[in-house]
Amino acid sequence: METRIRAVHYLNQFFGRIGGEDRAHTEPLSRDGAVGPGLLFQQIFGREVEIVGTIICGDNYFNEHMGQATDALLSLIKGYEPEVVLAGPAFNAGRYGVACGAVCEAVTRELGIPAVTGMFRENPGVEMFRSLVYIVETGGSALGMQDAAKTMAGLAVKLAKGEPLGSPAEEGYLARGIRKNIFASERGAARAVAMLLRKLEGEPYTTEYPMPAFDRVAPMPPIERLGEATIALVTSGGIVPKGNPDHIESSSASRYGKYDISGIMSLSPQSHETAHGGDDPTYANEDPHRVLPLDVVRDLEREGVIGRLYPYYYATVGNGTSVANAREFAREIAGELVRDGVQAVILSST
Amino acid sequence: MALELGRIPVEDVEWGRRTLMEGKVLRINREELIEKAGGGDPRITSIDADIARPGESVRIIPIKDVIEPRVKVNGRGGMFPGLISGVETVGEGRTHVLEGCSVLTVGRIVGFQEGMIDMSGPGARYTSFSRLLNIALVIGVKEGISQHEHEEALRLAGLRAAVYLGEAGRGVEPADVRHFETKSPFQLNGGERDLPRVAYLYMLLSQGLLHDSYLYGRDMKTVLPTLIMPTEVMDGAIVSGNCVSACDKNTTYHHQNNPIIDELYWRDGKDLHFVGTVVGNANVTLKDKERSADYAVKLVEMLGAAGVVISKEGFGNPDADAMMYCARLEEKGIATTIITDEFAGNDGKSQSLADTTPRADALVSVGNANELVMLPHMDKVIGDVKIIEKMAGGQPGSLSERGITAELQVIVGATNELGFERLSSREE
Repeated sequence: METRIRAVHYLNQFFGRIGGEDRAHTEPLSRDGAVGPGLLFQQIFGREVEIVGTIICGDNYFNEHMGQATDALLSLIKGYEPEVVLAGPAFNAGRYGVACGAVCEAVTRELGIPAVTGMFRENPGVEMFRSLVYIVETGGSALGMQDAAKTMAGLAVKLAKGEPLGSPAEEGYLARGIRKNIFASERGAARAVAMLLRKLEGEPYTTEYPMPAFDRVAPMPPIERLGEATIALVTSGGIVPKGNPDHIESSSASRYGKYDISGIMSLSPQSHETAHGGDDPTYANEDPHRVLPLDVVRDLEREGVIGRLYPYYYATVGNGTSVANAREFAREIAGELVRDGVQAVILSST
Repeated sequence: MALELGRIPVEDVEWGRRTLMEGKVLRINREELIEKAGGGDPRITSIDADIARPGESVRIIPIKDVIEPRVKVNGRGGMFPGLISGVETVGEGRTHVLEGCSVLTVGRIVGFQEGMIDMSGPGARYTSFSRLLNIALVIGVKEGISQHEHEEALRLAGLRAAVYLGEAGRGVEPADVRHFETKSPFQLNGGERDLPRVAYLYMLLSQGLLHDSYLYGRDMKTVLPTLIMPTEVMDGAIVSGNCVSACDKNTTYHHQNNPIIDELYWRDGKDLHFVGTVVGNANVTLKDKERSADYAVKLVEMLGAAGVVISKEGFGNPDADAMMYCARLEEKGIATTIITDEFAGNDGKSQSLADTTPRADALVSVGNANELVMLPHMDKVIGDVKIIEKMAGGQPGSLSERGITAELQVIVGATNELGFERLSSREE
């Protein structure tokens, strides 16, 4: 007997045939089988997929009771035991787009099954959810329903079957900002020479990595009374107590350490070492002060140039460590330093 | 000036009484190989030799360098000038290549930084070295020698072994002979005038222990960017002293078989005119970076190039060098493409480079080295598999009953920035 893939479709009150703006407060409800645009999807799916149920919620209700509405919709969806979920398409309808994105995100995260929605590029739901869910790019209005349904249905089938996807452009979804390794048909050297020739000829070419926009941090104003300030030492240069007790990785660090230096006046090759794998470790191991200048800062403390040194230092390894991890470490470390009244940090790297 | 490169395919490697090519089989006298590799270096205390063949359930870890056996049949100088042979300029005459095999230097870890190769399974897909007949030398050194001496002892032992094996190809008739000619970029024949003039900027990592490269035996940290004939590289003029985060470091094998040089030669006279190769470095101080970038850009300008392929080596700090080379060339109106790998985090969601310039608008990505790979156990390990937990790309817990879970960066050459492999990365 042939088994068809079970799909559930999410719609708002309008496309769900409940009513217009006057029914935008409709609470989550379900209908067996396909409704409204679902009929078109069902036609495209043919015998491969069956829309077993349609879940409907008013746009206002969803946006005003997001948590509650999402929970209720999830439990309705779960009741149909789907293998894939469709939402919308929402085109340029903002509230509907947010609801579609939120439903897909919750389905993916909570139920662990794939979900596909569709939106116009400028729908606010795109910015909120594009990194989390598959959003097929659609036109600005329901005139684009036929195209949107075709693309969404194709992507849904592939995801439900676990088939490999082509590029976002090939599959028609908005890139989620996730870098994924693939094998190209030619080696990198051949691609580079070919790209250069196109560039020289003024022909179109596509860079394989568009330059990201970098954060720029405006420097703080200088400290007025350094002699009263508490200063902390933080390093991405990997100086750790001998033996690396927190097992900070030599590359791509997933953790940092916080180490007590109260009463410690200097470091030595016997007491400390570097965990950093991205440089020649010989010199940091010979004299850890080359990376973490505790000796000099202790001198400044004694001379009264600074008020006092914070009794802990923080260390991680900056070698190949992702910006996302670094940002997370910084958020936690800065939180503790601010809480403890630290006014400035000497941040050393390698 | 021209070099003939004779290709001698090697289809198997076996231990034998004498070291020689017998048909397409390289027979090796194991004791003599060990003796020649050691070369009387008092720092070396033991050498073990093993053979790993494509498709076998074998893992080799930790690997420092990969070297192709070659022999200079005629013409000036010898293989690996400045380190093994004299310092005469190479790149002319005739060289024979034992194609399909390599020497691997293995042994106790020097830093955190060496890599691994699987001869089968999912890891084998990522590096061409899994498809070679690998002669692995597991080298032990005296306790108490410095890390720098340890690195040097193994580097030279590997080169000596490759030179010894290369001799087996001296009298053999090659399957084919390729002819590489280096013409002066200032003297053009008629046909070349209409083709775009393309140069190659060959950036070499030069940052200290396990991050160094050698040109005619000279440490690249101390060398200003300079011109080189591509054929010199084929004769071993550039040697690797680095394997930190082994995925994107050029082994000596990569240099001997530089794919960009190969592409540019192949297209020379067809759709471009290959005007020359500039070797640059990537030092650690800003002053050094600026000096090298300016100097290399000047050389490219003197070659009259309209476009340049830039190959990077390493990641993080060297991103700054690559962007500096790129920005300054583009400012002069010279078009660039850069080959780079990415460090976008395990989940691929972080920005991939530590430095950027808006002028770098033509990048070739050779993969996200942070992406996780699952490498099931192999029946045999040459070296010591426990090292994976200390290696750049591994972490405590990388080794489990299922095998190794680690970042792609542990695999030698997986994201090589000469563009040796087919791997790429894209946004999804």
